[in-house]
This record gives sequence, structure tokens and C-alpha cells, in this order.
Amino acid sequence: MPTLFTGQKRLFHSSEALTYTAMEKFAALLDRLILTPSRNGKLRLLEDYFRTTPDPDRGWALAALTGALDVPSVKPAMLRAMATERLDPVLFGYSYDYVGDLAETISLVWAPSPAASEGAAPSLSAVVEALFSASRSEGPKRVAAFLDALEPSSRWALLKLVTGGLRIGVSARLAKQALANFGAQEINAIEEIWHGLSPPYEPLFAWLDGHGERPVSAARAPFRPVMLAQPLEEGDRPAITPEVYAAEWKWDGIRVQAVSDGGVRRLYSRTGEDIGEAFPDVLEGLDIEGAIDGELLVGRSVDGRIEAGSFSELQQRLNRKSVTGKLVVSHPAFIRAYDCLVDGEEDVRALPFRHRRSRLERLVGRSLAGRVDLSPLLPYDHWDALAAQRLAPPAPIIEGVMLKRWDSPYEGGRPKGPWFKWKRDPFVIDAVLMYAQRGHGKRSSFYSDYTFGVWRQGEAGEELVPVGKAYFGFTDAELIEIDRFVRRHTTGRFGPVREVEHRPDLGLVFEVAFEGLNRSTRHRSGVAMRFPRIARLRWDKPPAEADRIEALEALLDAGDGGPAALRRARGAPV
Amino acid sequence: MFLFFALRCDYLGRMIRPEQLLAPTADGLFCPLGGFHIDPVRPVERALITHGHGDHARSGHDRVLATAETLRIMAARYGEDFANGGTPAKLGEAMRIGDVTVSFHPAGHVLGSAQIAVEAEGCRIVVSGDYKRRRDPTCLPFEPVACDVFITEATFGLPVFRHPDDGVEIHKLLTSLKDFPERTHLVGAYALGKAQRIICRLREEGYREPIYIHGALEKLCRLYEEEGIDLGELLPATLDAGSKTDFAGAIVVCPPSAFSDRWARRFPDPLPCFASGWMAIRQRAKQRGVELPLIVSDHCDWQELTETIEEIAPGEVWVTHGREEALVRWCALSGIAARPLHMVGYEDEAE
Repeated sequence: MPTLFTGQKRLFHSSEALTYTAMEKFAALLDRLILTPSRNGKLRLLEDYFRTTPDPDRGWALAALTGALDVPSVKPAMLRAMATERLDPVLFGYSYDYVGDLAETISLVWAPSPAASEGAAPSLSAVVEALFSASRSEGPKRVAAFLDALEPSSRWALLKLVTGGLRIGVSARLAKQALANFGAQEINAIEEIWHGLSPPYEPLFAWLDGHGERPVSAARAPFRPVMLAQPLEEGDRPAITPEVYAAEWKWDGIRVQAVSDGGVRRLYSRTGEDIGEAFPDVLEGLDIEGAIDGELLVGRSVDGRIEAGSFSELQQRLNRKSVTGKLVVSHPAFIRAYDCLVDGEEDVRALPFRHRRSRLERLVGRSLAGRVDLSPLLPYDHWDALAAQRLAPPAPIIEGVMLKRWDSPYEGGRPKGPWFKWKRDPFVIDAVLMYAQRGHGKRSSFYSDYTFGVWRQGEAGEELVPVGKAYFGFTDAELIEIDRFVRRHTTGRFGPVREVEHRPDLGLVFEVAFEGLNRSTRHRSGVAMRFPRIARLRWDKPPAEADRIEALEALLDAGDGGPAALRRARGAPV
Repeated sequence: MFLFFALRCDYLGRMIRPEQLLAPTADGLFCPLGGFHIDPVRPVERALITHGHGDHARSGHDRVLATAETLRIMAARYGEDFANGGTPAKLGEAMRIGDVTVSFHPAGHVLGSAQIAVEAEGCRIVVSGDYKRRRDPTCLPFEPVACDVFITEATFGLPVFRHPDDGVEIHKLLTSLKDFPERTHLVGAYALGKAQRIICRLREEGYREPIYIHGALEKLCRLYEEEGIDLGELLPATLDAGSKTDFAGAIVVCPPSAFSDRWARRFPDPLPCFASGWMAIRQRAKQRGVELPLIVSDHCDWQELTETIEEIAPGEVWVTHGREEALVRWCALSGIAARPLHMVGYEDEAE
């Protein structure tokens, strides 16, 4: 396979940045991050920035990038008020409508006060220190004075810095990866100590620079890097015997690490983000002492016990920073425990899985709050028996089987061999390409993002209704073919989007693989697919023979387990 | 000042009102006393054309009056038979058409671009077409003409638009070339005016390498050179000019739409740059997949629009296209009578 589209091999330098002021340099970083489509390009920009920027400025920049900076004396509404003191509010309103971003609008329309002194441009740390120490009434005045001293692009960077929410396509995780690359460390090593650190992170940078010890996490209930499994491949099968590998269900929730340490309780995602605020009920019920690895599930209360619900029910509680009391009652969350990392005060990660499992059973057995239960082990005699169980899971929220070596220690990362995941086969449907959008970066001259639909009975007869969007799963050669088809069969254009011929007798059918289906009020079809991708191109199939919405609705009614017909009936797993 | 002109037009015995001299119609601005349209969007009998951009200069009119350069540009774009007859207008020279006097004055927008002044019974209206106030080595600078009504565009008529110096932007490109010598710098620029200005400014800043151009730019670049504008060595950006690697570190100038064409695939690891006033807005650049935005515009920014109105001090301002509402609001705040014309058919810069 040619590697035409696998990210950019050519990376950025920032030598010219050396002559910039601190704020200009930070602005240049943000500017380039926004406009650099490739992940590797972004990482390289961040690494260069960390390498060439002194403390404490790089630390404040890192805090802004990871969302760890909150300046209480400055809030967006004040900034707007401040801007309209200098510009007619109507003209400001037109400008904001046009630009769509408050910080960018203010930075562009800001007219420096004639009285502004020609002071030196402030550094990041000067800005942060001045604003942290400011009262709510002083805050905006100090911001105004800084804006007077800066160029538009630096003004924008400053406003982004103090209001948080950069929205520049960089996650906290990506920033940590860049730190890891810059210091030639594993990202695990950074995630492990992250929660004990605070801006401007001078000890962290000293360690990454190579002239300091690795900071010791002083915080209670720290995060420990999560152990992940490799997908099971054909060649691994001979090794799978009951003597060597334990089996258990793979639950389809969110992987979490729950830590209770001398009265401090924390709930981490698998990348080390603290998600406790969204699950106060779980923290409340975490009546154990130690650290466990498990799956966070949402369920319903049945006779005082919680039964696992579907992934859609879990979604009700995801992506919320805080949670209402009502939701906590209607959608209680709990942890199905997989493993034990710390038992009481004792770190047991080096023990074999067999021993950790009995520690886990004891730990969970002592919990009375009903918010932690055990993920049961799955006894099996031989391979075929296990394969048969995988095909008939007892609950829809199960997404496959996990295999763990009885003698494996708990090691962060994704080591090859000790743990395997053997997921259920995806669902597949045949859907018709309806719209195509141009991609980004290397794909910017290709129509590579596809919206596809299935048939339904509409008011005016049979019609296609969009059910999902996918932009991967195909090979580079297939992309070229699809692109050609899109260009030759365009029926309408909307900006970067083309409408493509999709009649019963003319169109392109995709075999789409996906992991599950949720009800959705945002989509016209009423359904939203999880993790859809193009499994195969069906040039041989006329669009009239693609699937109908009823097939998906049946899947919804059956819950996440779904009718087996949609899963394996079409042959080869993807 | 405002009062003086208002009186001059309406009350001092000269009976003509501006609307009688030039009226916005579905075809464009129409002068009933002279029997001609200015920049009509549909074929008409007699057309006066401000400049050669496609939305202002269309083919199929019967007779056209425009600067010699604009006539040449129209012939290059539409063929020699773009109209039944073309008459060159000399800059600054008054001509009598019907009952009105007409004169052309440099607008500073692109080669051959002109403002058109229309005068009758002591009332003068200046149709500025598209214009800018910055230096541009490829065309004559804008000349302010006193008038009763100044008709202006407002493409960048919002306070957020303050174009930086074009030298700063050209150096951004040159720096990027040094930083990424292996990437083809694909510069999207409007085929008439912007492309030649960018090339010319690169030469002024000392760039001596051959510059590769997209086929759509060839005719117009040749025309500029024949008009005495030195663009240095230009080569076609076609594959037979060499193998794929020959474009590494090269500048290739193309129409903005060519980024997404299959044409762009011939270059190794292209770095999309886009020269446009819109590039001041980050999300605009991001939406278009631009990695290096170059804020270079052939239109006025907000400050230049408002300063031009203050300098000319017309009795009234009419706004043709762009962000009319904001410019009209500014005029209201400054005590200048203004109204939007809601003209359709004129596009924003090179979108």
C-alpha cells in the first residue's frame, strides 16, 4: 500500500520565532497550531516551543493548552463590555457576527488608547501574575493596558490565554504527548505525575530538560498509567489455553481508574483526566481503600441493586462537566472492577494477575455502597467453548472477550502478549453515498468525507435518509476511485460539499461497519452510529438494493446487542 | 461641507438630483441622461467599465468605454469580439456622452482600473468601482476626486479588517520558503491583479528564482509584461517542465480554486498559501485548508475606506457591495449621509 496520505513527513522549524517577544511567540504557536492539520506537525510545533521558550512562560503556555489556567478576575462578558467602550456597540456586533470568536474580534478591532505608554510588550508570566493578583474590577483594566501594548495577533493570544477555551485543535493529551517527545520520556511517566503538578510546572520542565529529578507526585490518590490490551490475531490463538489465560467479558462503558487514598477519592479516565465531577455518585460510593481498574457503566436501580444499561444510557452522563441530581437518580453509575493496582497502602502492580484478582475480590467484597462490583471471570475448557460464549454474550453491553495471562504484572501502556481483546464483530449495512466533502491536509484535493444513507418510505415515495458519516476504512487506491466517482457524478455543490448522484439505478454503495447505534434527535434519520467506517466498496451493487432504515430501527429496539443478522451475516469480519 | 454640497446639488438652481444622474437598476448603475450603464451585470447597449474583473467587466455589450488596459484585459479573457466596439478612455480627460460629462481616474485596484466620474448640471458622482490606497507596483495609485456623491464598495467594510503592510506578508512567504525548502509553496491568488502583484512584490523583495504559474494565469501575466511590468522569469507549472521533485521549494502561483483541483496533486507535499484580505480571519483560513495565510488585498481595509470618505468629503455616500451595513453605520455616526444600494452580481474578493 502506498503511504501517500499518512501524515506529513516534513515538519516545522521555528527558528524565526527567536526574535519574537514572548507574547508574539505564543501567538505564532497558536496561529500555526490552528492551521496545521497533521497531528505530527502539531506535536513538532509544541516540542519546538517547549524547547525554545524559557520558564516560566512555557509553563503558563502549557497550562493554557491543557485547560489548567483559570483567571478569575477576567470573564468574557467583561471583555465585551471593555471593547464596546472603545468601539460603537453596533459596529462591534457586526464584527463579532462576522468573525464568530470573541477573542479574535476584540484583538482585531482594538484601537490602542492614545494615552497608552510605549511600554515593552509584557511576557506571559507578567500577564498571568498581574491578572491573578487583580480584583474583578481591576482585571479588565489591566487587560486593557496589556492590549494597548500589543500587536493584534498577540492581543488575540493574550485574550485566549486569560479566557481559556483555546479551541485550537489541541487536546490536553496531545500537549502531554509533546512534552513526552520533548523530554524523550514515555507519556505514561508524565500522566502518572500530572495531577500532583501545577502551573508553571518548573520542576516538570527541569526534569524534561534533563537537569532535574522526576517530580514525585505529592498529591493523594494519584493516577497510575493504565494497562491496555492488543487485539487478538489469528496467530495468537494457539497460546490461548485456560491454564495460561484468564477470560472475562469486555464491557462497553468507559475505562476508568478509581482511587481512594486516605480520604481523597478520584476517578480518572484512561488518559489520566480527572472525571470525578461528572460522577459524584460513584465517588460517594467508593468505600474502598486502594486503586482499582474497571469499567464505568450506567444502569437502572433494580431492588436496590444496579443493573447495567446500554451505552446510550451512559452517554446521557458523558460530556457533562457537572451533573444534576435528577440524572444521578435516573442514570446511576457504578464501576465493574477488572483489576487491583493498590490494595490499602500496598502497590500490588508487580504481582501476577492471579494474585491481584484475589486482592480485588477481597477489596470489592468489603464495599457496602453498591457502587463497585466484580467483572466475573469466564470459565472455559478450550478455545471453541470460549468462541461460542463470545458469540452469545448474556448482556447487550458486552462488546467481546478479554484474555489476560494469569502471570502478567500490571504494566502501563499496551504491551504485546499479556493481554488480548477479542471484540465482537462489527455491525454492517449497505448504504448509499449521498454527499462528499473535501478532506484536509494531504487529502485537501480529495473528496474523502462521506455522508451515506439508507432507504425509507418518504412522503413522496422511496427516499434515502442520511444515517452517518465516515472518512476512513478505505485504501488510498479506493480513495482515488471514490474521488473520481464523486467528481463525475456531482449533482449539487454547497461550499466544500458535493451532492452525489444517488438514484436507485445510479450511485455508489458502501458496506459500512459500525460498533453500535444510538437514538439521536440531531439526525434526520433518528439514529447515530458509533465508530462508522467504510468496510468495502460495492461497485457491484445497485443502490436500490442497499439497506432500509427498518433494519437499523430493529437494531435500536434490540439494544446494543442487536440482531445477529446485521453482524455476521455478511461474512468476513472487518 | 456636507451642507454645501447638498445645496449645490439640490437647491442652487441646478435642478438635478443625484438619483436622476445615476440610478441603481437590476442591470447595474444606469445614467439616463447619457444612455449608458456602469459595470452592468447583463449585456447592454453602452457600457462604461471600471476594471477587468469578471464581475465588473462582462462580455456581450454593444459598445464599451474603458481604459485601454481594461479593454486589453477583456479581449484577453473573452476574445477580441467581447463587444461590438471598444473605445479607450484616457485618464483624466473629460468626455461628453449625451447630456453628461464623463472622466476616468486611477483607482489603484488592478492594472487599468479606474474610477468613473459622471457630471451634469453641476452635480458630480464618482463611481469608484473597486479601489485601494496602498502602493501597488502593477498599477497607478488611486486619485481622490471631489464629488457630491461618492459610490464606494465595502468588501472589507468592518473594523476587524486592517491589512498589514504587504512587505510583512511577502516576507512571511520568503521565510517559509527557507524553513520548508522541500515543500512546494502553492500560492492561491486571483488571476487578474493579485497574482501579478504578488509576483512583482516578490521580485522587489529580491526573489530571483523562476516562479511557476498555473495555465489560467499565463495570458494575463504576458499582458502585464507587455504593459511594461517586469515579472521576472515565469515558467509553466506543468509536469513536462521536469519531474515531481523540481517543484520542491518552488513558488507556484495559481487561482485559489486550483488547490482543490486534481491539478494540485502533482506537487510534492504542497504548502497551501492564500493571498487575500480574508486571511485576516483565522477560521476562514482554516476552512479553506490554508497553512500560510497571506493578508494581501486589492481592496481598502476599514481604516482606508473611512479615511477616503473623510478625505473626499462627499455630500453623500452610496455603498454598492460588501459589508454595507457597517460602513453606512460609520457614516451615520460621522454625520455623513449614506445609503446601501443593495447591488447584486458583484462578488467578494477572490472567494
